[in-house]
Amino acid sequence: MCSTRSPIRACGWGSVHVLAWLGCTALAIVAWRAALGAGARPEAHVAPWRIALARLRRNRAGAVALGVVVTLALVAALAPWLAPHSPIEQLGAAATELPPSLAHPFGTDFAGRDVLSRTLYGARISLSIALLAILLASTVGTLYGAIAGYYGGRLDELMMRGIDAALSIPRILLLIAVLALWGEVPMLALVLLLGLTGWFGVSRLVRAEVLALREQDMVLAARALGARDREILRRHILPNVISPVVVAATLGIAQVIILEAGLSYLGIGVRPPTASWGNMIQDGSGQLASVWWVSLFPGLAIVITVLAFNILGDALRDAVDPRQVDG
Amino acid sequence: MLLLRRLAQGVVIVWLAASLTFALLHLAPGDPVRATLENPLTPPVVREYWVQRFGLDLPVHQQYWRYLASVAQGDFGFSFPHHRPVSAVLAEALPNTLLLMGVAIALAFLGGISIGIIQARRRGQPLDWGLGLGSLFFYSMPDFWLALMMLLVFAYRLRLFPVTGMFDPVMFPVMGFWERVGDVLWHLVLPASTLALLAAAAVARFQRAALLDVARQDFVRVARAKGLSEGRVLRRHVLRNALLPVITLFGLALPALLGGAVFVEKVFSWPGMGTLTVDAIGARDYPLVTAAVIVGSALVTLGSLLADVLYALADPRVRLG
Repeated sequence: MCSTRSPIRACGWGSVHVLAWLGCTALAIVAWRAALGAGARPEAHVAPWRIALARLRRNRAGAVALGVVVTLALVAALAPWLAPHSPIEQLGAAATELPPSLAHPFGTDFAGRDVLSRTLYGARISLSIALLAILLASTVGTLYGAIAGYYGGRLDELMMRGIDAALSIPRILLLIAVLALWGEVPMLALVLLLGLTGWFGVSRLVRAEVLALREQDMVLAARALGARDREILRRHILPNVISPVVVAATLGIAQVIILEAGLSYLGIGVRPPTASWGNMIQDGSGQLASVWWVSLFPGLAIVITVLAFNILGDALRDAVDPRQVDG
Repeated sequence: MLLLRRLAQGVVIVWLAASLTFALLHLAPGDPVRATLENPLTPPVVREYWVQRFGLDLPVHQQYWRYLASVAQGDFGFSFPHHRPVSAVLAEALPNTLLLMGVAIALAFLGGISIGIIQARRRGQPLDWGLGLGSLFFYSMPDFWLALMMLLVFAYRLRLFPVTGMFDPVMFPVMGFWERVGDVLWHLVLPASTLALLAAAAVARFQRAALLDVARQDFVRVARAKGLSEGRVLRRHVLRNALLPVITLFGLALPALLGGAVFVEKVFSWPGMGTLTVDAIGARDYPLVTAAVIVGSALVTLGSLLADVLYALADPRVRLG
């Protein structure tokens, strides 16, 4: 998902990959800076993120899930080198709807395309879209929640009522309506839509955290020293809400992968011939009884990916929970 | 007081959904309305209908008020593919969706709560671990894919259940009442259990956490210290308190359940709102698609209102007022 040197032409939408790559880089920089900042502190205490990492390493299921996620990211990045065929290459009339065999471990579909290759390329689409959408959702949700929680009062009341209402509108129905009305949208618009309909939960979470944080002495001290609101938010509040946001984002990626697959399955998400797990399942659903492999394998890919992100999210939640005592 | 406040909130939500769909219709890049109007093939009747319905000769804010007024009266426009008003089409499909969701929710909560209890009692043991992984597995599954796999295994391969639909199209008209009920239930098994499996996974995860949370509380320790048996502590002290948050989950899970129903209905051709909505995408039936968003939001709001009332009935600390 972080590679841009691949056959972008075959994917058909380079810009999203470039952005996904930028997103990865940005995340790495943030993590690096957090690590440096934590390490450079004069007090002789173990940085919380170090404790979390150590805990995560000891959580066996979490460690395996992290391994799976890293592997998936590598598969996505290296798809052009791993896949035996191009995802849109049609292998001829004699090669249509072949059952799984040594030559085609996942079989071929109605157009004579190698399902294994398409599944590998599908990883790029699913992971890129999910990563970007979650980056967007986490940013918007964090800012919104932080502002509501920090300023409180009437503004908070109003902002949170809006969130309550937004959460009551079924996300999938809204997305279906938007995509059905707007017709074929570019990939980037799909990312925007998934991101902009996915930040309500995060904002609630962040608001609750900020409500507790703003009463702490460090905020009072900062204010007494003459710090402005912006600075307090940036230096004292936001760094402390990063952990729950990261947990929510990890679980959110799992959700977005399923949502995107669903929309692509309905034919209004990622459009063919670009391979996405959702539209591949659609390809096989018409003749499910005879060519089951076309729908089975991309579905398994979704389950493995989503399962890994869910387990990782659970493990992260346990790891960053400050109430948990290390034994 | 709570009830009134929640009702007012519900009205706001439906208003928001209606406004959103109005904005969508107007901001859509293809502008479906204008596209229909400017298409030379559009019959004059249709053209006139659109102009009249949306007051296209009026300024935008007046169009908006007209739209809100008609939605408030339950008028969602006319569905050309169905040759009927959208409200009539939806009214026919709604009971089918409610039947499917009702059965699925009942199954999911019964199953999920039981699994959660078993897990909490065997905390840390292989059974807890296995059931936990099992529910996470189903929790991670796309609804439409599970539906397809159920269809593949139980309908196509094992031929245990009918492939699609809600009743036998040939025999249904000549069946007696109880035969009909049986036939519908027969067709309901696969879609309802698909939806229930997915939801039960979430309920089980939630119930296990709630039980363990309550089990840590002081009053449970007191109950044990009084010398009560473990079963009595669980039933009278832990379970009673741990069932409360599950009621909240019912309200919270509704949007996801409704979304799941859309896909499951489509895969099994269950003639409900979901199938209607998905089919409306291809048919470019915009009034129906937008109405589905509004009705769906109203359903979710009603559901969470119901959850709140149930919670107030179950928890003496909360008053409906």
